[in-house]
Amino acid sequence: MTSGSAPTPSAPVKAGGGLRTLLLGKAGARTRRRWVDYAFIAAFGVLLLITATVSDVFFTQRNLSNLLRQAVTNGLLSLGMLVVILTGGIDLAVGSVVALTAVMVSGLSDRGMPLFLAILICLVVGVAAGAVNGFFIARFKLQPFIVTLATMGAIRGLVFVYSDIPITPSDPAFRAVLGAGFIGPFPVSALIMLATYPIVWFFLTRAKAGRAIVAIGGNEEAVRLAGISVTWHIFLAYMISGLFSALAGVILASRLGIAQPSVGSGFELDAIAACVIGGAILGGGGGSTFGTLAGVVSLGMIDNLLNLFNVQSYYQQIFKGVIILVAVLARRKQR
Amino acid sequence: MSDSDFLQMRGISKSFDGTQALLGVDFSAEAGEVHAISGENGAGKSTLVKILSGALPRDAGEILLAGERAELGTPDRARRLGICAVYQEFSLVPHLTVTENILMGQMPSARVPGCVDWAKAHRRAEEILQSIGFVGIDVHKVVRQLSVSHQQMVEIAKAVAERRRVLILDEPSAVLSQEELDRLFALVRQLKQEGTLVLYISHRLDEVFEIADRITVLKDGRLVGTVKPQESDQNQLIKMMVGRTLGEIFPTRTPPGAEVALEVRDLAKEGSFSDISFSLRRGEVLGMFGLVGSGRTQVARCIFGAEPFDAGEVRLDGNSIHPRSPREAVREGIALLTEDRKRDGLVLICTIRDNASMASFESLSRWGVIDRRAQEAKVQQKVQELDIRPPLLDRLARQLSGGNQQKLVLAKWLMTRAKVLILDEPTRGVDVATKVEIYQIISDLAAGGMCILLISSELPEILGMSDRALVMREGRLVGEFARAQASEEILLASAAGVSQ
Repeated sequence: MTSGSAPTPSAPVKAGGGLRTLLLGKAGARTRRRWVDYAFIAAFGVLLLITATVSDVFFTQRNLSNLLRQAVTNGLLSLGMLVVILTGGIDLAVGSVVALTAVMVSGLSDRGMPLFLAILICLVVGVAAGAVNGFFIARFKLQPFIVTLATMGAIRGLVFVYSDIPITPSDPAFRAVLGAGFIGPFPVSALIMLATYPIVWFFLTRAKAGRAIVAIGGNEEAVRLAGISVTWHIFLAYMISGLFSALAGVILASRLGIAQPSVGSGFELDAIAACVIGGAILGGGGGSTFGTLAGVVSLGMIDNLLNLFNVQSYYQQIFKGVIILVAVLARRKQR
Repeated sequence: MSDSDFLQMRGISKSFDGTQALLGVDFSAEAGEVHAISGENGAGKSTLVKILSGALPRDAGEILLAGERAELGTPDRARRLGICAVYQEFSLVPHLTVTENILMGQMPSARVPGCVDWAKAHRRAEEILQSIGFVGIDVHKVVRQLSVSHQQMVEIAKAVAERRRVLILDEPSAVLSQEELDRLFALVRQLKQEGTLVLYISHRLDEVFEIADRITVLKDGRLVGTVKPQESDQNQLIKMMVGRTLGEIFPTRTPPGAEVALEVRDLAKEGSFSDISFSLRRGEVLGMFGLVGSGRTQVARCIFGAEPFDAGEVRLDGNSIHPRSPREAVREGIALLTEDRKRDGLVLICTIRDNASMASFESLSRWGVIDRRAQEAKVQQKVQELDIRPPLLDRLARQLSGGNQQKLVLAKWLMTRAKVLILDEPTRGVDVATKVEIYQIISDLAAGGMCILLISSELPEILGMSDRALVMREGRLVGEFARAQASEEILLASAAGVSQ
């Protein structure tokens, strides 16, 4: 081994080696990672089982479709967030973009603009917001955290400039299709959300740009020296996040039937949490669409279950915090 | 080995991601000796001393210091036991002063509690530097502003600021001038007099023979043997290190064509190099030798578009090109294998498949979607040609050995339509068997018409592979030698600026 290949000298002392060896044998981090996944799935199963026996409401169609509809916003945001996290970045502005597009789509359709046009405009606005983030981050090599922190505040301001009171569109079609529509037993909004996952999966695993994005999070300089434009792909990642935020905003406005200018604050945290629970590594180098979906569903389920058991929402937050910590701890990189 | 030796390492093993870096090494050394540890790149020298200094945990084995079992779990604990190491990569804090770096953790307090007595601190740092013969370093200066060789001396000063029982010097000479090296040797002898065990890691044999009392040779993670300099010679040591003689390493080359493919004229970059002109013929291997910091790598990066240059011209097949980015250079048919594959050659968390096809995504995809079949076939073909092991396309680059990683980087470039291949230290950190394979690949590529610029700081490599050799010193080309004219002495003298 050359010295270059050896990890940094600040070596943590190997702790708890005995227990791990007992559980896993001598296999390396790879087996361990898989073990963590199985443990999560198992914990999930146990949770479901307990719920099924204790609550007779959970497995009703009504509750399950509710659960799905509530998971739509976070599902879309997390997917965009995943793409950004894979490049090694972060997008704190997603919640503000949700508010902007929610308020805009309500406002535009309330003034008589055809719904599809209003939606289209909002999606373009979302992409544009992402482009602003991407431009500063990719072109000037600014820190994603700072840039999106700035735009998070600025876009929120913009929302209040557009309307400082909630907007309730009178057009019944506005609610009917996206927010309240069903195909068979499935809510339309949930189907849209679920459909985006295989698309992004395909993009990240099969498309040229997707592979580049994944690789950038692993080693930006190596990607650049392989003749791939790092600037363009980082820019692209933030635009994708912007697009999904806008989609989430439009659907949210439609589901609630009212657009509050304050909506969406704190949404970025849930999205980051879902990605991390699903195995994403902040700073790039890990994360999958399937894992993220699992993160979204488990977060949604926790909310749903605690609601069913009438647990106060403050406790829900504590519980979520604990779960995120456990998830990160379990996936902690070993050497 | 004798049981009475001051330092005893028994059965030391260590592996990284499945690569066995050390296997059952029994090493011992006495107090008050200078013990050199020698071996090829990748032999395990650095790993062994990093285990001793607590920077790396060992997988198996035990360490005895003065007959007592020592637990060296962290650098801090090793330090308290009197073991200190100076690594190839520095552990200085670049934006603090020389004084703060030397006295880190033991700055003298002023009368006001919690405050530093700066006058005293600077004085003490100066004393330390003077006592070990390193003069001419301003202790008030911020480390970042020092030359690399001065940084190395500060690093050493920091290590010997307290009394040490064991001092590890890992390739200390790489960045030092001859005069500075002499001072270092004087210091080493002084420490030896005081009873310190100095472990001196180096693959430069002349140096090792000059300073060491005993020499231990490692090869492929195993200890080959320990010899005394007066009872041995360089040839024996090379054979111990490499396992074969030099003649068996380099392939027979076919002579290059006459047609010039790449021409570099008056290339210059402020602060790095200037007046660089050379040409590269089809099928030629052009060696470029120079000491660290001579500007070789910058020249390569500029031709490849990874860095901008200020003046000059690069012509490929008669057309002037001016690559502003690696992207443009790759399109023109230039490839660069960088000197540090882990830093900027590979995406370690990605698979062989991804890494190998990274530079040719463009040609492998249609409508932005990668054609998996074509990708699989092409990568598989390169993996077989270069004998990358294991030949599993979904294996992560991180899990490969150094040699296979290097072949993977080569595969990446061979999948492009490269006409010019710039190789910056292509065999750094790979085992001898892989070296031989890489030399054969280079030779075959050249025979197939590829133009190769081979940058290396290993003289045997330059001499064994090149049709011509260029020498760089301080940002300028100072010599060009035909294969027949060149020898180790001539190239080294030219690179160091010494007339013979």
